[in-house]
Amino acid sequence: MSVFTLPQAAKEAVLVKELSALTEHHRARSEPYARILAANGYSGASTVADLPWLPVRLFKNLELKSIPDDEVFKVLTSSGTTGEVSKIYLDKHAAAEQTRRLGATVQSVLGPKRLPMLLVDTKAMLKDRKSFSARGAGVLGMSTFGRDHVWALDNEGQVDLAAIRGFLEKHGDAPFLIFGFTFLVWLHLYEVARDNGLDLSNGILIHSGGWKKLIDQAVSPDEFRARLAGVGLTNVHNYYGMVEQIGTVFLEGPSGGSLYCPDFADVVVRDPQTWRELPPGEPGLLEVLSTLPTSYPGHVLLTEDLGVVHGIDDGDWPGKRFSVLGRLPRAEARGCSDTYREAA
Amino acid sequence: MSELQKLREAFRTALDLPADAPVDDLQYQDNEKWDSLAHMSLIATIEDEFSVMIDTDDVINLSSFSEAVRILGKYGVDINE
Repeated sequence: MSVFTLPQAAKEAVLVKELSALTEHHRARSEPYARILAANGYSGASTVADLPWLPVRLFKNLELKSIPDDEVFKVLTSSGTTGEVSKIYLDKHAAAEQTRRLGATVQSVLGPKRLPMLLVDTKAMLKDRKSFSARGAGVLGMSTFGRDHVWALDNEGQVDLAAIRGFLEKHGDAPFLIFGFTFLVWLHLYEVARDNGLDLSNGILIHSGGWKKLIDQAVSPDEFRARLAGVGLTNVHNYYGMVEQIGTVFLEGPSGGSLYCPDFADVVVRDPQTWRELPPGEPGLLEVLSTLPTSYPGHVLLTEDLGVVHGIDDGDWPGKRFSVLGRLPRAEARGCSDTYREAA
Repeated sequence: MSELQKLREAFRTALDLPADAPVDDLQYQDNEKWDSLAHMSLIATIEDEFSVMIDTDDVINLSSFSEAVRILGKYGVDINE
């Protein structure tokens, strides 16, 4: 079972219909969103790139939801670099649906069985169960896909070599799942495995969290992959996702180097000056589209990340394949959301 | 202990409920003790108690006591015997 099945043309035909309908759904239910669309002059979309996008930052400035207060089941928050907080409102349907779709996406590479799971993180992060960090929420969401969970770091965040060895002795002979944030995997798993001769060859690594800290250490995504292969870890999937589109993750394909869009999601790369869609090969601002946001108007979002589409229908899986190149320098991103704030 | 009692016990243990708490009508989204952490502990408890290995989809779908009864049935555990 996979959610990476639709060639680009077929996907766009479905998405332009579903996302246009979602746009009307949100317009009818969210006053601020309706005002933004009006200010924007939106009158329908014939392609996915025509759909009206919101800057992701808007969720930090405005209360954007398409459900009545008494149907709010969960409010997700994410703090950005500036300390402002995005608020994402889910009703029961949206909450259940995002779990289901994330499950289907991850099972595309893991299969239906839960695998023994090594978490490259510390249990201490979940101490306050009422308010996890975004990192804690990510770890917890992913732990559904594993069993017999073992934490690779102790409560102080130091490598627990005995725990890792114990895990590998018990589970190392058959496929197992490793999950962690990219930088922690590099620092606390790769280096430890290399220095201690650990065999990770049956591991399937799923990791996320941005490359900035690694780039600072002069480790590129390609080198990350090559070095992990050096300790036997060849089954590696990076992913990209954000709380503002919870449940939607863009997953790296088996041969590496590209992220792919699940059937219910897509990306568009835009020129940050003209907002026009850019062809494959030209880096620009990344827009993410997903049919999952039904309780808040987050179905078409302009991120503050730079990205590039590498190709269409020419990779491991159908559709667009792309990379995230890093954050847009803050000053450049300011214009559009200011306009939106005035309109709203 | 009957299978039904074992399942009730598993819910009470994992969700940290009193020994006599009624659990047969529990729903994931309506009980505040049944959060995502408790869910993982519930799955682990059920797996240990009934010696089954629950697939990912069933972990996601196990959203009420009665769903747990239905799902365990798929794994050959008859709760209502």
